[in-house]
Amino acid sequence: MSPSPSTDAPLKQNRFRQLRDVVFFLVMGGLSASFILLIVLLLAADTLFTSPADFVTALQKPEIRAAFFLTLGSCTLAAILSLWVATPLGYILSRYQFPGRSAIDTIVDIPIVLPPLVLGLSLLILFHQPFPGSKWLFPESSWILESWFRDELKFPITYRWPAVVLAQFAVACAFAVRTMRVTFDQINPRAEDVARTLGCTRGQAFLTVALPQAWRGIIAAGTIAWARALGEFGPILVFAGSTRFKTEVLSTTVFLELSVGQLDAAVAVSLLMVVMAIVVLVILRWIGAGLSG
Amino acid sequence: MIELKCTTVGAGSFALTDLSFRVEKAEYAVVMGKTGIGKTTILETICGLRRLRAGQVWIQGVDVTRWATPDRNVGYVPQDLALFPTMTVREHLQFGMRLRRRDYRHMLQRVNEFSEILGIGHLLERNVRGLSGGEAQRVALGRALAFGPSVLLLDEPLSALDETTRLTAQTLLQEINRKTGVTVLHVTHNESEAEALADRCIRIESDAGVARVKETLRRSE
Repeated sequence: MSPSPSTDAPLKQNRFRQLRDVVFFLVMGGLSASFILLIVLLLAADTLFTSPADFVTALQKPEIRAAFFLTLGSCTLAAILSLWVATPLGYILSRYQFPGRSAIDTIVDIPIVLPPLVLGLSLLILFHQPFPGSKWLFPESSWILESWFRDELKFPITYRWPAVVLAQFAVACAFAVRTMRVTFDQINPRAEDVARTLGCTRGQAFLTVALPQAWRGIIAAGTIAWARALGEFGPILVFAGSTRFKTEVLSTTVFLELSVGQLDAAVAVSLLMVVMAIVVLVILRWIGAGLSG
Repeated sequence: MIELKCTTVGAGSFALTDLSFRVEKAEYAVVMGKTGIGKTTILETICGLRRLRAGQVWIQGVDVTRWATPDRNVGYVPQDLALFPTMTVREHLQFGMRLRRRDYRHMLQRVNEFSEILGIGHLLERNVRGLSGGEAQRVALGRALAFGPSVLLLDEPLSALDETTRLTAQTLLQEINRKTGVTVLHVTHNESEAEALADRCIRIESDAGVARVKETLRRSE
């Protein structure tokens, strides 16, 4: 069978096809817009609910100021700790095959899927339950993690600011690990191999070749960790409590104000958190753009 | 000098057994074989990036079979070049020397020497992103050579180049081999490349996973 000859039929414009493209954009745009609209409406509703005067009054309350500074500090500390752990863990998960790797992969995801209250409760139990085996090892005492921190290190955890940071870290780190892992997955491991042929140890190859390529991912992971820490609520409430001037962070402020019927203050603090989140996102983007420039 | 003695190289479920060949010092050897026969795996095994399943690898008369990659003093140019995207061309050339803690004057001299041979002197302060295929190739070569390896392993180094650049690069490789006396093992599947470059041509065929090696020596000039 010979191939069919090319046709000489005159060209005809198909207007219907163009119309279908328009429909395509309308459908895609419409579906996307629904989400954007929802978020914008939420923010608009908050803004309309409160007046600038209410906002300022709320922010002048000393307990809210204390919560603001604790939030800023604890989120930053949790994000730094998360990066410190997530970078090596993400690298190991991305580069090496070893027994138990899939188990580790699953364990990393547990804080993401666990209900927040359960995580807080688990932290509380971990710090206050006699250590299994301690009775057997030291018949006189029951070894408890919290008492060890309090008595030996003079650094109690529970119901103090370290508990806030630990609760934020437990969740934020899981997200940072995911991000760092994807980051290293996208970096060509051949460059590290070549670095090793040139005389690098694995550690040097990681520090001089892989890590400098990962800065974008590090910024992204830091941002995500910080944002997750900002939104953290359940575990903090259970593990750190919500004591004014001590362990109250902005997310718990919203809850506290709401529970005593102070809707104005709750909304003002919510808006403050929105502003903080936007400022941090913009700053980190800006740093990112500066580094790449 | 490079020697493989009855080696089994492999990656995953793939394996090539009973592979032996020897390349003399300062020789330019070309390894040929069908795609998928394991040429890249052989180079990676010589570098130490892949563990040998059986046999021995000798470099410069030393059994390096159990040595770690950084100790083998091998210059390796992989097919994808794998340049370091965050570094300048100069940093690439200095990389191996820095790790060996060479002094600054020595490094400067070597960098100048090799950037001149390779014709990348004008690129030294540039980042490697945005280099052309031929330029990137030269940078990868410079990185593998500047620290003074005893052996240079090239994985299809000319495959991405156009015809004219390829011919220039061939001359360059030959020149480097003559000038530095480095032993070269060059993997390719291009006949004319092998014809032009090889002092020793090593053809590898696989007979149900067992290596069959045919060697041809070129007249010494």
